[in-house]
Formats: sequence, C-alpha cells, structure tokens
Amino acid sequence: MATQQTEYATPETERTPVVKLYLAIGLVVFAGLMLVGVLMRAAQGASLIGFGPDLFYQLMTLHGAGMVGTAGLAALAVNWYFLSRYVRLNQRVFLATLILSLLAVAMIVGSILIGKFAAGWTFLYPLPAQSLGQWSTGAALFFVGGLLVLGVAFLLVYLDMGLAIVRRYGNIARALGLPMLFGREPLDPAHPPTVVASAMVLIVNVAGIAAGAVVLVMTMLHLVYPALAPDALLMKNLIYFFGHVFINATIYSGVIAVYEILPVYARRPWGVSRPFLAAWLAVTLMVLAVYPHHLLMDFALPAWMAVMGQILSYTSGIPVLVVTAFTGLMLIYRSGIRWDAASSLLVLGLFGWAVGIVPAVIDGMIHVNLVMHNTQWVPGHFHFYLLLGLLPMVLGFASYLCSNGEQGRTGRLGVSVYAVGGILLSLSFLVSGALSVPRRFAVHEEAWQWLGDVGALSGGLVLIGTLMIALPILMRLPRAQLAGT
Amino acid sequence: MQTSVLLISLLLMALVAAAFGFVVVRSGPREDDYSAVTSGGYLIRRWWFLFLCAAGVLVTAWSLIPFPLQAGLVGAPRAIDVEGRQWSWDISSRTAQVGESVLFRVTSADVNHGFALYGPDDQILAQTQAMPGYVNELDVTFEQPGRYRVLCLEYCGLAHHAMMAEITVTEGP
Repeated sequence: MATQQTEYATPETERTPVVKLYLAIGLVVFAGLMLVGVLMRAAQGASLIGFGPDLFYQLMTLHGAGMVGTAGLAALAVNWYFLSRYVRLNQRVFLATLILSLLAVAMIVGSILIGKFAAGWTFLYPLPAQSLGQWSTGAALFFVGGLLVLGVAFLLVYLDMGLAIVRRYGNIARALGLPMLFGREPLDPAHPPTVVASAMVLIVNVAGIAAGAVVLVMTMLHLVYPALAPDALLMKNLIYFFGHVFINATIYSGVIAVYEILPVYARRPWGVSRPFLAAWLAVTLMVLAVYPHHLLMDFALPAWMAVMGQILSYTSGIPVLVVTAFTGLMLIYRSGIRWDAASSLLVLGLFGWAVGIVPAVIDGMIHVNLVMHNTQWVPGHFHFYLLLGLLPMVLGFASYLCSNGEQGRTGRLGVSVYAVGGILLSLSFLVSGALSVPRRFAVHEEAWQWLGDVGALSGGLVLIGTLMIALPILMRLPRAQLAGT
Repeated sequence: MQTSVLLISLLLMALVAAAFGFVVVRSGPREDDYSAVTSGGYLIRRWWFLFLCAAGVLVTAWSLIPFPLQAGLVGAPRAIDVEGRQWSWDISSRTAQVGESVLFRVTSADVNHGFALYGPDDQILAQTQAMPGYVNELDVTFEQPGRYRVLCLEYCGLAHHAMMAEITVTEGP
C-alpha cells in the first residue's frame, strides 16, 4: 500500500511551493477584506465613520466577491495539498489557476474601484445592465468577465485533479467510495477521506461552475445586446445554483484539513466507513438540489421546489451533525490532544460549521423565510459557516504547515480573540435579523444603528485575532519547511 | 414570531456549543483504547441520527401542512397591485381597514426588488419578491391599525435603502 501510494503521489518537492503562494496571498487578502467588512458595519452604525451609499455598495460588492473568491482559492489550496499525497497532480496547472485567478481579481477589483460597479457579488440579472448611471456597461462586462475567468481557472485545476483521480482510482465514483458503499467492493478503511471529499467537490463544483458560466455568458450577451433579454427567473435559478454550490464546495474542501490534521493531533485514525461514504454521497446529491431554499420568496416557482428546498435544507445538515462533527468530537474525546493554535482553530472550524446549521435550517423553513429572508439573519448564518467554519480551517491548516501549530501564547490568544469576535459578529447579525433589519442597506435607521456598532467592534476583534495568527505565519512562510501529515 | 425564532435558534446553538464544550473539557487524560470510545460513541450516534430524522419529519409536517405560500386562501380578498421600480413603489391603494384581507399582486418594472411589509412595530409581517415578467401573489390580513411600511429587501442599486412606501390601516367604519 505504501509503495503504491508513493508511486501515485505528487513528488514532495512539488507539493509545497505553490501552496505557499496561495496561502500568502489568501491570508493577506482575507485580512484586507475583513477591514472592508468592518468599515461597512461601522458605516451602518453611523457613530464611528460615514460614507456615501455609492461607496458602500461598491465595498459590499468587493467584500462579497472577494471573500467568496478568496475562500474558494484558499480551500482549493487545502484540497490540492492533501490530495497531492494520494494522486499525481501537476503543480504548473495549479500555478496557472492562481495566475488566471489573479487576472480575474484584477478585472473584478478594477471594475469596482475604477468602474464603480456595485451590483453585488451575486450580479442578480438584470441589475448589472441597469445601474441608472452608477456604473458603465464596460465596468459590468469587466466584473462579469472576471468571474468567468475565475471559473475557468477553477475548471482548469479540477480537470487536472479529476484526471489524476481517475488514473489512480479508475473513475470518480470509485474515488467517492460508491462500490464500497453498495457492497460491490470490500470496505477499505485506508481509502483516504480526502479522496472521497475531493471527488464530491469535483462533481458538484464542476456542475456549479458550468451553470455559472452559462449565466455569466448570458449576462454578458445581455450587456452587449440589451434586446437579448433572458427570463429573469431562469437567470435567478442559475445564479443561486452556481453561488450555493460554489460556496458549499469551499467548505467541503476546507474540511479536508480537519480530516488530515486532527487525527495527527489526536493520534487516532479518521478512516472511512459505510456511514461516512453514505454521508458524502448524500451531500453530493443534496448540495446539487437544495438551492431552491434561496428562492422561497419567488412564489412564481412551482410549490414542489419550495417544499424540496425546505426539506433538503434540513437534511443537508444531518451528515455534518451526525458524521463529520460527531466523528471529530469522538476523535478528541479523551485523546490527550495537544491544544495549540492549529488544533484549536480546526476544532473551532468544526464548531462554526456545525452551529451555523441551526440558523440556516431555521431560515430554510418557508414560514420563517417569510419574515427573515434578506434580513441580516442571512449574513448571520453564513458568517457562522464561513468566518467561524471555513476560515479557521484554513488558518489551522496554515498554522500547522508553517509552524507545526506552535505559535506560542500569541497564537493561542489570537485564536481566542478571533473566536470571541467571530461569535459576537455573527450573533449581532442574527439579532439584527430578528429585529427585521434588512441586509445590504447602506444607511440604517437610528433604531438599528447600535447593532452596526457592535458588528464593527466585533469585526475589529476578528481582524486583530486574524493578524495575531497570520502575521507570524506570513513572516515564516518563505523559509518554512512545511510539516507533513 | 421573530423573537421566538431567535430564542429557539440560540437554544439549539447553545446545545451544539455545550456538546463541543463537554468534549473539549474532557479531551484528556488519554484513553489509549479508542474502540472503547467509539463503541459508546456509535451507539449515541445511532440514536442521534434517529432523533434528527424523527424531528425532521415532525417539523416538516407541522410547518408545511397547510402549505404556507397558498395565496388566495382567504375568501374574496381585495386586490392591490404593486409594481417596484428603481427606486420607488407604485401601489394601487395605500389604505386598508383593520381585519381586511388584501391580496398583493407584486411585480417589477425593471430589476428584482423585494416587497417586504413592515407592521406598526417595525417588524416584517410578510414578503415576496418583485420580479420583472412575473406576478407574485401575497395574502395579508391587517390586524392592527397604524402605519405599515413597504421596504425593498432585494438589493437593486444605489438608492435601494431609500425605496420605501407607506400603507395606512384604519379602524373599520
């Protein structure tokens, strides 16, 4: 088995250089975009700073597109690094993806800061073409084109990952463990969870990005030929399918860090089992089918789609709560685990993901959605998922690789500051949602403003915690001998 | 309703947090025999899974029967046409009476908007999307007199936050 693994694995010298680039860029951009988030919450609070709605909505678009894209790239780095242990990946393709992504970032940032594009990262059709003078058609084309280039960049590396998986395992279904799940092959506990997760991410994200490419091209055509006007509800379906799948794929990529690193700390195995494989098959199907829960207030859609959205919204949480989070807790229980920056961040990530399911599932109920949709409840739930779920996984991965998790008292304190700030920020969004405070409002009414101030201060804590963890990593990164697992 | 939703959410989130807290506190000393941990863990997991499935069935049935988006359940409601446009609302009637049931027929003249009806207590009563090319129908029964506000809850450009209108609800004759 060991010989076979070495034969297929990516050479050790090729595994780390590009991952370092991804991490360095990712950590710097995350911190910058957190500052943008703090400024937005402060502007909503109105007592610390203030700026016009035009700038607010540009920053909102930058924060959304930037965070989603950076989360995607950082999670891809986690996925690529660990998958390269088991299959032969091409680091040039991985580098090409980064270069293309940077080109995409330049287009997106330019369209926002120079072209004043501010239609939100979801570019909800037909808003990009109808700014009433706030931005030009060219700016919109650059933004939409940038997202398209980013999608192509991801498809490029996914092609390499898919080919490598097929070379080693024969096909994607086998990598996902389906023959073992359905009894056609004996269960192999040594089959890597990373390979299962990678197969799932490939399946869903290729489909998601393909749908995204369709809607992006249709939007570009509409921008150039306004008479070519697609159906708004069809476009909305495509956008939310793409957006939901893409951001979910980042979390399912990020959790690979937990699968690989936490067992090293706990000195216990995280092997595959039939419940594990069943859970990953279930999430593969559900991530593809659950997106109508974003469209519950579109009554023109068939009722069965709303019902499906609500039910799958609930069932999507079960594999996380029953398999991933539960197994993680079993792994830690009486393990004598060493608590340092990396292990704390990875467990925080697992916690953020698990706890974020609650407000997500509740908002996925049609009754609740009638009064919570597009309030700040929505950023509340996804900040639990992303700020307290995905990002700690990425930070934990970086901390472990660069310094074996040993970041001293500053690192441990940084994790605490980050966790407290992240929880307060996410709760401030949930409380705002319960008070019917709309999301995506540049100007808040006086009764809502204290929540913006709470959000800004909590966001400031998150930024401080991030810098306490990330700065030592960034300084060490160029010379770091990345830790193996 | 929103307060109940918040409290239930916080309670359930606190339970998840308690489970993590319990395990973190009991992360040591080390039990070398991992199978002793997993045998008990798998038993708990089985019941946890069954509990979540059962709770899901009950909550789904309770929340979907009757189907909550069935407009037109109220007999002969008065129809009010609503059209959103950047950045204002055209509403065919801006008055109603307490106890009156209204069927809002909501559409958009340009981009996506969100038609959200805020009650006199500034809490959302109900909402639907205002879509170009589609009409979404929303039943509302006004139960209190006062000033109701319509806010846009789907981001629609520079003055999205200022896209408001009012509906006045008075006591019946």
